[in-house]
Amino acid sequence: MSLITLIPLLPLLGFLINGIGFRHVPKSLAGIISTGAALASFACVLSLFFGFDGKPQIVSVFDWITVGKLNISMSFLIDQLSLLMLLIITGVGSLIHIYSIGYMSHDEGFGKFFAFLNLFLFFMLLLVMGSNYVVMFIGWEGVGLCSYLLIGFWNKNNNYGNAARKAFIMNRIGDLGFLLGIFLIITHFGSVEYADVLERVTDGGYASGDKTLFYITILLFVGAMGKSAQIPLYTWLPDAMAGPTPVSALIHAATMVTAGIYMIIRSNFMYSLAPDTLHIVAWVGTATAILAASIGLFQNDIKKVLAYSTVSQLGYMFMGLGVMAYSSSFFHVMTHAFFKALLFLGAGSVIHAMSDEQDIRKMGGLRKALPITFITFLIATIAISGIPPFAGFFSKDEILAHVFEHDKVMWGFAVFGSMMTSFYMFRLLFLTFFGEFRGTHEQEHHLHESPITMTAPLMILAVLSAAGGFFNLPHIFGGHASLAEFMAPLFAHSNVEHAAVDESLEKTLMIVSVIAALVSAGLAYVIYVGKKTIPVADEQVSGFQKVVYNKYYIDELYDKVFVKPITALSNFFSSVFEFLVIDLIVEGIGKLVKALSAEARLLQNGTTGYYIFAMVLSIAIIIIYSLKSFILG
Amino acid sequence: MQIPDIIRQIPLNYYIWFSTALFCIGIIGVLTRRNAIIIFMSVELMLNSVNLLLAAFSSYKSDPSGQIFVFFIMAVAAAEVAVGLAIIVMIYRNIQTIDVGLLNKLKW
Repeated sequence: MSLITLIPLLPLLGFLINGIGFRHVPKSLAGIISTGAALASFACVLSLFFGFDGKPQIVSVFDWITVGKLNISMSFLIDQLSLLMLLIITGVGSLIHIYSIGYMSHDEGFGKFFAFLNLFLFFMLLLVMGSNYVVMFIGWEGVGLCSYLLIGFWNKNNNYGNAARKAFIMNRIGDLGFLLGIFLIITHFGSVEYADVLERVTDGGYASGDKTLFYITILLFVGAMGKSAQIPLYTWLPDAMAGPTPVSALIHAATMVTAGIYMIIRSNFMYSLAPDTLHIVAWVGTATAILAASIGLFQNDIKKVLAYSTVSQLGYMFMGLGVMAYSSSFFHVMTHAFFKALLFLGAGSVIHAMSDEQDIRKMGGLRKALPITFITFLIATIAISGIPPFAGFFSKDEILAHVFEHDKVMWGFAVFGSMMTSFYMFRLLFLTFFGEFRGTHEQEHHLHESPITMTAPLMILAVLSAAGGFFNLPHIFGGHASLAEFMAPLFAHSNVEHAAVDESLEKTLMIVSVIAALVSAGLAYVIYVGKKTIPVADEQVSGFQKVVYNKYYIDELYDKVFVKPITALSNFFSSVFEFLVIDLIVEGIGKLVKALSAEARLLQNGTTGYYIFAMVLSIAIIIIYSLKSFILG
Repeated sequence: MQIPDIIRQIPLNYYIWFSTALFCIGIIGVLTRRNAIIIFMSVELMLNSVNLLLAAFSSYKSDPSGQIFVFFIMAVAAAEVAVGLAIIVMIYRNIQTIDVGLLNKLKW
């Protein structure tokens, strides 16, 4: 068995052991099995990565569906993109596994949790390793399932269950788009293999703006919208914070939600020929980035702030995709995976120390009690705010530079969004770690730094968040943009414009966005540390702030426009249509048969002579019928 | 092949009418009588009317296969008589009569 098939197989094995043996496998062993599986996968990926010679490699496991000319095989593709995704998934995934050993140690569903985490890893690996859209789709659905299972992990709480259902249903809407996109690909190209589709598209002489490609790309993008939480399908992600914090870090920040970006980069040769779609992608991304960031400004739940921040950062990635800066977007996926996972894990550490308190109004002054968490959280905050030389700065500014080239207005929005990012992140940092402690006495007494299994991943991620930008250091800082160069073969067919941004212009843009970030960070300092402002209680929020605090009432709007009418319709069907039409038809047929047979059974009266008479009569009729022409002449 | 004179003295039509008559008598017997043995005999009558017709056609066409059929039918009829009579004996032992009109329990 080759190393490649081993990568997804190991987590699957871990899932089977922990899943089937739940409550039988001892707690200490369950964590080790799962984490071991994740780490072993990571080791396989590393050895693949260092042995990679630049040539894509396809490993076919078995032929899965063969219908007519269409052949869909279960096969894995190892190329630049999947390797990088694999590194992120297994690397960050392993760290989060280690973290979870500490975080979930008091939970009774410990083994179940690790089984689900491993199942998630398996599907996520399938998603990025598949060599065709169908395998990607299996992974896509699988991670959706795991997301559902893990959001509703504490299934005794009804609200959590509802959040899980919401996430699942909203994802289904996107999945429908993705599925239709795959069908279109099959009808037009007759294959779902990436390599074949690429060949048909490049040989097919498709002009830029081709209608077919437009429909395919827009449908795929609908799928990406659902999975990557873009307007209008983003509301599930903040609710998904109901799950345990490591889940939020792994699934709802670092890996699963970036599946949409992965898919678009995978299909970049089609997107590049569909400028209208790219336009839509870019503007949806921009709108999402701004909207989510603005909601994040006034949230008081530590995880909710991070959730909206994730939505907003995903918006930036789509913005980058929309202007065909694929490698920059991917760079942001990578750095975001580092610092957002770190932020969530840090938040988890805080929540752990605060005995499950998530409201930042009740925190404050935690930097003394949780020094490691504080330092790492600070690094992540600086990274996400785009302050050099931390990771977020490089990736975000690369996207911004490409956006500037493409559309100045969009760039303006993007900078405004990054100002808000910096503000809400520093607001979160100051309210949590500075000032006086505002919780109860027991909480204060209970405050403690997390165990080593939790802080070690924090420190590793902090190093990555701080230094991650150097993987793709731009030329103006003397770097080689090595990530972009590594990924270049992926975009060989999509005519990505390599018009280098003017260096002095690039510098100006960077300075502008850094100043913007610093100004809003300073503003946050003045408000929350200087004036010691504490966000008011929910009832006292008023005016426009109230609208924003309530997320622009988008959830309520969806409820009114979609959920209520559909519920009303199904109620109508269940009470009226079901009763009057379905029951009538089904029961009517039954009654009819019964009535007819009540008459017909009288024919069977038991008298032998009668039977013989019927037989003779029937034979006579048959004979007359068959000799009809003979008799009638 | 030439048909012998002795056979040609009686035309084929006669055989057909005779067989039909025998067959109809058999049917009427089956339909009207209630004694199982008489019904049985009527059935034999019908079988033999068919046998006669087959033998006649066979002779007039100079084709022996019809007569081979007759042998088969006779053999089957003999077996059938053995089984049928056994059944009738059993009926008699159980209900002390062989009137088929009384055998009407098998119904809805």
